[in-house]
Amino acid sequence: MSEPKKITVPLTDKIVEDLHIGDSVLITGVIYTGRDSAHKRLIEAIDRGEKLPIDLKGQIIYYAGPAPAKPGKPIGSIGPTTSYRMDPYAPRLIELGLKGMIGKGNRSEEVIEAIKKYKAVYFGAIGGAAALIAESVKKAEVIAYEDLGPEAIRRLEVENFPAIVVNDCYGKDLYKKGMERYRRD
Amino acid sequence: MREINVSTITEAVKKLCMEANYYLGEDVKKRIQECMQSEESPTGKEVIEKILENIRISQTEQVPLCQDTGFAVVFVELGQEVHLVGGDYTEAINEGVRQGYREGYLRKSIVSDPIERKNTGDNTPAVIYTDIVPGDRVKILVAPKGGGSENMSEVKMMAPAAGLEGVKEFVVDRVRRSGANPCPPVIVGVGIGGTFEKCAQIAKKALLRPVGSKNPNPFYAKLEEELLEKINKLGIGPQGFGGRCTALAVHIEVHPCHIASFPVAVNMQCHVARHKEVVL
Repeated sequence: MSEPKKITVPLTDKIVEDLHIGDSVLITGVIYTGRDSAHKRLIEAIDRGEKLPIDLKGQIIYYAGPAPAKPGKPIGSIGPTTSYRMDPYAPRLIELGLKGMIGKGNRSEEVIEAIKKYKAVYFGAIGGAAALIAESVKKAEVIAYEDLGPEAIRRLEVENFPAIVVNDCYGKDLYKKGMERYRRD
Repeated sequence: MREINVSTITEAVKKLCMEANYYLGEDVKKRIQECMQSEESPTGKEVIEKILENIRISQTEQVPLCQDTGFAVVFVELGQEVHLVGGDYTEAINEGVRQGYREGYLRKSIVSDPIERKNTGDNTPAVIYTDIVPGDRVKILVAPKGGGSENMSEVKMMAPAAGLEGVKEFVVDRVRRSGANPCPPVIVGVGIGGTFEKCAQIAKKALLRPVGSKNPNPFYAKLEEELLEKINKLGIGPQGFGGRCTALAVHIEVHPCHIASFPVAVNMQCHVARHKEVVL
């Protein structure tokens, strides 16, 4: 395993172009959580022509809903949720400037196409390593849709958040490549 | 008749909800450690290392292993010599879940209506299975079940003509189609036979067996081994990034079935395979 690449948010074309499938990365900066219900609301707001609670340009959405924070901690355990459920919504957010997504599991052809077209990136975080990932979150606050509880949009300040590049802006897919490489017939 | 106050059940369920979410069973941990030896992919090894580190952190800090602290699935073996007093049995279990998820800082992941999707706010109701058994004891097992792996599960009503080969194909294909979604390395619970719902239920029960234990019937024990080998040749690997360790174990449970039927169920379980039990 090569040394992880340290990257900061907001993401630029230059940062994204330097990322290739299989790269280990450590992300520092502000990222936003959002999963099923929050995505549905974001898209409904776009359809109604409303201003979104976050400016998506250069940002990363982390598909996650945390456990409650214990006293003295910024957040509870927070690993990724399965990404395909956000596939119907993701291309429109990418079109509006979203540069990165963190989750787990395969994306649809439409999402992979949008990632390529708009120079974005999809990272995989380790599902089930939620206590470990929480250690990289330094600060957290709910900034929209508080009534959704764990599904509310949270602004997270992260330091060295560990992830792996799954879909890069060159249209490549680590899940496909990885499986091809290690399959035995 | 032995009298047991239902408040004892509430207390037990509360404790089990928290313990199950903080402490992974030694059997699962041991099997994950073994994967470290057999994994060929460097990325796969890195993932397994982080999974083991996560287990250490949760245990030390008493925080949930996974943010998805699951649907509280509760299996009770209720001795027929027991007389429950002091309140409603089902409510006592739900109260235990309510308290455990609140006091344990566990995520509330249940919506009251599947279409309306409003969070119940306390992770109730639990899914409860009760078996009446001989004796005067009560065994309670809590298995928090995450959504990611549950979503990759399936029941198939096959034709009896599909036979053993049909079972093998279905199980391996189910894991292949699941890819990274259920958080591999996974445990694959397989139910064969019974009715539509019985088949799914025995697949879930198969997940509660100690990891790596064999079906007592040598035929099915051999099938478990064969399926595990086939699955680990798929190349999915830890978290789907490619590698050898796709499954930690395959557990099969069987049940007699109708002359016309051949149901097969696969219940997927992520590496955070949680369950804790107590006997009252």
